[in-house]
Amino acid sequence: MTKMNRITEVFQSAQGPILNVYTTAGYPGFGDTMEVLEALQEGGVDIIEIGMPYSDPVADGETIQQSNQSALDQGMTVAKLFDQLADMRSKIQVPVLLMGYINPVLQFGVERFCQKCNEVGVDGLILPDLPMAEYEREYKAIFERYGLFNIFLITPQTSDERIRQIDSVSEGFIYMVSSASTTGAKTGISSDQEAYFERIEGMDLKNPRLVGFGISDRASFLKASKGASGAIIGSAFVKLVGQAKDIRSEVVAFVKGIKGLA
Amino acid sequence: MIQESLSFHVNEEGYYGDFGGAFIPEMLYPNVEELRQNYLKIMSDPAFQAEFHALLKDYVGRPTPLFKAERLSAKYGTNIYLKREDLCHTGAHKVNNTIGQILVAKRLGKHKIVAETGAGQHGVATATVCALMGMECIVYMGAIDIERQAPNVARMRMLGAEVVAAKSGSQTLKDATNEAMRHWINHPVDTHYIIGSVVGPHPYPDMVAKFQSVISEEIKVQLMEKEGRDYPDYVIACVGGGSNAAGAFYHYLDEPRTALIAAEAAGQGVSTGHSAATTFLGKPGVLHGSKSLLMQTEDGQVIEPYSISAGLDYPGIGPMHAHLATSGRAKFYDITDEEALEGAVECSRLEGIIPALESAHAFAVLGKLGAGADEVVVINLSGRGDKDLATYQKRLKLND
Ligand SMILES: Cc1ncc(COP(=O)(O)O)c(C=O)c1O
Repeated sequence: MTKMNRITEVFQSAQGPILNVYTTAGYPGFGDTMEVLEALQEGGVDIIEIGMPYSDPVADGETIQQSNQSALDQGMTVAKLFDQLADMRSKIQVPVLLMGYINPVLQFGVERFCQKCNEVGVDGLILPDLPMAEYEREYKAIFERYGLFNIFLITPQTSDERIRQIDSVSEGFIYMVSSASTTGAKTGISSDQEAYFERIEGMDLKNPRLVGFGISDRASFLKASKGASGAIIGSAFVKLVGQAKDIRSEVVAFVKGIKGLA
Repeated sequence: MIQESLSFHVNEEGYYGDFGGAFIPEMLYPNVEELRQNYLKIMSDPAFQAEFHALLKDYVGRPTPLFKAERLSAKYGTNIYLKREDLCHTGAHKVNNTIGQILVAKRLGKHKIVAETGAGQHGVATATVCALMGMECIVYMGAIDIERQAPNVARMRMLGAEVVAAKSGSQTLKDATNEAMRHWINHPVDTHYIIGSVVGPHPYPDMVAKFQSVISEEIKVQLMEKEGRDYPDYVIACVGGGSNAAGAFYHYLDEPRTALIAAEAAGQGVSTGHSAATTFLGKPGVLHGSKSLLMQTEDGQVIEPYSISAGLDYPGIGPMHAHLATSGRAKFYDITDEEALEGAVECSRLEGIIPALESAHAFAVLGKLGAGADEVVVINLSGRGDKDLATYQKRLKLND
C-alpha cells in the first residue's frame, strides 16, 4: 500500500523551482480539460491543479469565478469531470491535484469522491473551505485510505502556532498564500512578502512550500520561488487559456516561458 | 417527539445538532478565530451590556411594544399579540444585531465595517450604526437588488456608506454575501464583517441570535403583564436567514409549552422551481461558512432562490433553524407570494399597520394554525412596509 505519492516524488527529484499550474475543469470549452492537461505537461509543468467549478467560490477573484461559471454553464459537474479524467493516467505522468469547494464533494459523497480520485489517479486535494479541525474530525481517515494528500493553506496572518499544527497534519506540501487576498486580486511579490517567505523558511517545517496568489510571469515565479520550493499560477493561466486561439501551442509556450525553457 | 436531552443551543464546537461549524478558507481563520475567542467575553462584560442596552433604549427605542391585535384576534378566534420590531429605529429588527456587532468591532480594535444586504434593511441598519460610531462602511448588494430596493440604497448613501454592486452569479443576496466575504479576505486586519442574519461560520449564528434574543426577553416580561404568564402557546416569525425568528424563539427554545412556528418564503410555490423555502427544498450542505440546509443541485451547486420578498430570497437558512426543523422542535410553513400579500393586506386593514413583505409571511400562517380561544399567539412583526410600497402598489394595483 505504501506506494510513493507522485507529489512526494516531484519534490524529491526537482532540479529547479517547481511550477504548479491551476486550470478550471471544462474551461474554456467543456471538452478541453484533457487537452489543457496534455499541453501543460508538454510545456514542462511539474504539478497540475484542476479546479472543480463551483457556483460560489468565495476564495476566488473575478477571473477564476468567471471560468467556474462558464464551465458550469456548459454543464460541467464532478461526475463529468471524473469521466473526462477516466483515462488520464495513460497520458499524464505529473502529479494531479483537484482543487474546489467542499459542498460539491459532500454531495458526491466524500468516500465515493475519494475512491474516484484514487481510481483516475488524482494525488491530492485542495479544499480551501475545509478547515483543519473539520478535516481531522471527519475526513482525514477517508482521504488517507485512498492515498490522497490534503493540501492546507497558510497566509501572512496565520500564527506560528497554527502553522506548526498545519505542518503536522500536512503531507506533500503547504500552500503558502502570498498575501491576504482572493485569487487574482494582486500581482507581483513585494519585499513584505519576501520577508514573510523568509520567516516561514526559518521555521524549519517538515513540509516544503509552494507560493500561490499573485504569480503571473517568470519574474514573479522566480521571486516567489526564492522563498519556497516553487510557485503556483492560477488566474494568469486561466486568463491565457480563456483567450487562446490554439490551446496546445499557447499553453506550451506559456509554461516554457515561466520555466525558462523557451 | 422531542427528546428531553436535545439541545437547541450551540455546542462548544459551534454546532446545533448536525449543523453549523466554521467552513472558512484559511484567509478568514484569524478573524473568525479572534471573534470566536472573544465574543462571549466581550458580550458578558458589564460595561458592554450597559452600553448595548443604553443604545437599544435611547437610540433604537426599545423595548418595542407588545400590542394586542384585537381585530385579528376576533377574526381568528384566539389571542394575537404583535411584537412591534417594525417600530425599531430604521424600521426592522436588524438594528438590534448591528448595534451589538459594532460595539464588538470597536472592542476588537476594528475601524472599518463591511456588510452584505438583500432588501437593504441590514445595509441601512449597518450604515446607521457606522455613522453613529464614526466608522467607515462598505455594503455589498446584488446589482438586481440595488434596482428593486432603490429607496434603501439612497438611505445607505445618505448615511455615508459606500454601496457596491455585487455583479457575480445571480446578483442577489447570496452573491452580495460572497462579495462581502471576499472583501474581508482582502482586508483582514482593520475590518469587521457584520453579518446580517444567523448565518455564516461559528460564532456568527450564536452571536447574532444572542443580540436578537432581546426580542423574546421582552416578550416574556410583556406577556406576564398582559396575560399573567410569560410564555405564549405559539410564536410565529418569518425566516430568511432566521435572525428575527432566532430572537423571537430564543428564550422559548427550552419551553415545551411554546410551539415555535416559522414562515418560509415559498415564492410561487415549493414545487414551481421559483421558491426560497429551504427546509422544504434543501439538503444538508455548506454555504457561507456553515453546514446547514441548502437549496442545491445534485452536483452541489447552489440553486437560485425566488421570493417576492428580497429579505427572504436566500437559498440557505441558519444552522440553528436547520436543527429546529429537522428535530421537529419548530414547525415550518411554506407561504407563497400571494398568501404573503393577503397577510399584508389583512394586517394593514385590521390593525392599521403596514408590515414588511418579509413579516407578511408570518401573518399568512394565522389561517393555518388553528389556535384556540384560550391560547396566546405572538407574531414577530419584524419590519415595517414602507420599503415595499412599490411592490404593494404594483401587485395590489393600489394606484389603478
Ligand atoms: C423586515 C425583515 N424581516 C425579516 C428579514 C429576514 O431576515 P431574518 O430571517 O434574518 O430575520 C429581513 C431581511 O432583510 C427583513 O428586512
